[in-house]
Amino acid sequence: MSTQAIAAGLAGPEATTPRGDGRVGPAPVRIVVAYGFWLFLLSDIIMFSALFASYAVLSGQTAKGPSGHDLFELRHVGIETLCLLFSSYTCGLGVLALERRRLTFFYMGFALTFALGATFLGLELSEFVGLVARGAGPSRSAFLSAFFSLVGLHGAHVTAGLLWLSFMVAQTAARGPRDFVRRRLLCFSLFWHALDIIWVALLTLVYLMGAR
Amino acid sequence: MEHYVGQHVGSIDKAPGVGEQSGSLATYTAGLGFALLLTGASFMVSQTNLLWPPGVPAGLAVLAIAQMGVHLVFFLHIGTGPDNNNNVLALAFGLLVVTLIVAGSLWIMAHLNANMMPASAIMEMQR
Repeated sequence: MSTQAIAAGLAGPEATTPRGDGRVGPAPVRIVVAYGFWLFLLSDIIMFSALFASYAVLSGQTAKGPSGHDLFELRHVGIETLCLLFSSYTCGLGVLALERRRLTFFYMGFALTFALGATFLGLELSEFVGLVARGAGPSRSAFLSAFFSLVGLHGAHVTAGLLWLSFMVAQTAARGPRDFVRRRLLCFSLFWHALDIIWVALLTLVYLMGAR
Repeated sequence: MEHYVGQHVGSIDKAPGVGEQSGSLATYTAGLGFALLLTGASFMVSQTNLLWPPGVPAGLAVLAIAQMGVHLVFFLHIGTGPDNNNNVLALAFGLLVVTLIVAGSLWIMAHLNANMMPASAIMEMQR
């Protein structure tokens, strides 16, 4: 780090600590934590890729049962997609508001994120219940087993995300926007955005290609 | 701020989503706009005959990959700057593993299917 930057106070409290010999010490905690969480997200995506691969292999094995073309309702799926996309947007804005210490906007953003995420989950559950009621449950065919494990795992991630979100909002209310709270919220927002990326792949491979 | 420091030294790293200038209302809104356009295009391609029908899966794959790129850049702030090297390298390794798992499974299973005796012939042999 240049000495000018330190002298001008541009480095900020979280910037890399100078060691006095012109070189720099370890990276700030915020950077290390977010990078570690990014590695976790990538490994999570690799886990999903195994289920994507099994779905792609098994999607034609319907055991003379219903195929994706008979089962999927794209209007329903479109609303789910919009819910998740807008919740990603409001989550990003919420974190942005917290960084600028605008707590009201932060709570509004995260309330919207929760509402949209819960709507997504409700729609997905109603789809699952409808499929099982029509006799197209996970035990009907290899295609449906793969479908329920892949889409269900994503739904389980969204459920965990909603719990995490509620916990983080409560923690922000109790402890204020301190460094460790903001780091956890940053990790949560990365998690939420990653779920949206997985949904894009899921929407394309499972629903859009399957409904044709 | 990290960006400012990074410009001077070049050895200071950035993490996904970190950085004052990388995330702003305009970035997120632009990302949302691109994502909406690409999602709309995906639904349109899959529901109409706008594209030559055998090319539709390829078209959908291209649109999906483009949208994932938009999400990475605008929401997760994975950019191409020198302070973003670690993040991009980790992403590249993740993509390599994902490609190996997905393409490898499809390749192997397609060949297994091709080499498999039809079920009726197996039944015949068991008599």
